[in-house]
Amino acid sequence: MIDVMYFAWVRERIGEPRERIETSAATVAELVDELRAREPRYAAAFEDLSALRVALDQELSEFDASLDGVREVAFFPPMTGG
Amino acid sequence: MTVRVQTESFDQGAELSGFAQGRSDLGAVVSFTGIVRDEAGTLDRMEIEHYPGMTEKAIASIVDEATRRWSLADCLVIHRHGPLRPGDQIMMVATASAHRVAAFEAAEFLMDYLKSRAPFWKKEFTKDGDTDWVDAKVNDEDALKRWEE
Repeated sequence: MIDVMYFAWVRERIGEPRERIETSAATVAELVDELRAREPRYAAAFEDLSALRVALDQELSEFDASLDGVREVAFFPPMTGG
Repeated sequence: MTVRVQTESFDQGAELSGFAQGRSDLGAVVSFTGIVRDEAGTLDRMEIEHYPGMTEKAIASIVDEATRRWSLADCLVIHRHGPLRPGDQIMMVATASAHRVAAFEAAEFLMDYLKSRAPFWKKEFTKDGDTDWVDAKVNDEDALKRWEE
């Protein structure tokens, strides 16, 4: 089981801020493919990966990164702090 | 080094009076305050979302990197989240060093990284009832390149 979190418009498109997911995905990209196949709202949120960023256990990461040992995955648009 | 992530406003005067107090080895304090801007006069409010947990870690790591690059006697970062109105303060950074160049450069470095590497997202609500997530700017990402070693 893995905790998946969504922020900003990704959260709005998917309709919830977080969920626990049973997955056998080895990488972030595989997890994204599984989510896309679920329902249109996921396909809409993950339509363009270049518009998204991913964090693994609260550290910025990449879509080809391994999910081995990861407890928390977060998807969000590029950050706009400051 | 102080990092605060909060919904409530802050008093920048009070923050600066208490900053790096009682030290005689300092030559410079630089501060920057970010304010909600409404150039077109159409903005009703802004809401800032963040990623609790990651936000604090990301800011701490940006501050660590700044203290590794410059000799800083102290460093302060305050960043708000939640609803904000035009004219409200969003955030402030302050740096203290023996020399002004280090204090200015470190403050700019902190600002550049907070913009693109701290997990905050701004949503604007116009007076007409429209909403829009603020897009990251290409310039913001380019601004990081000048700090690459």
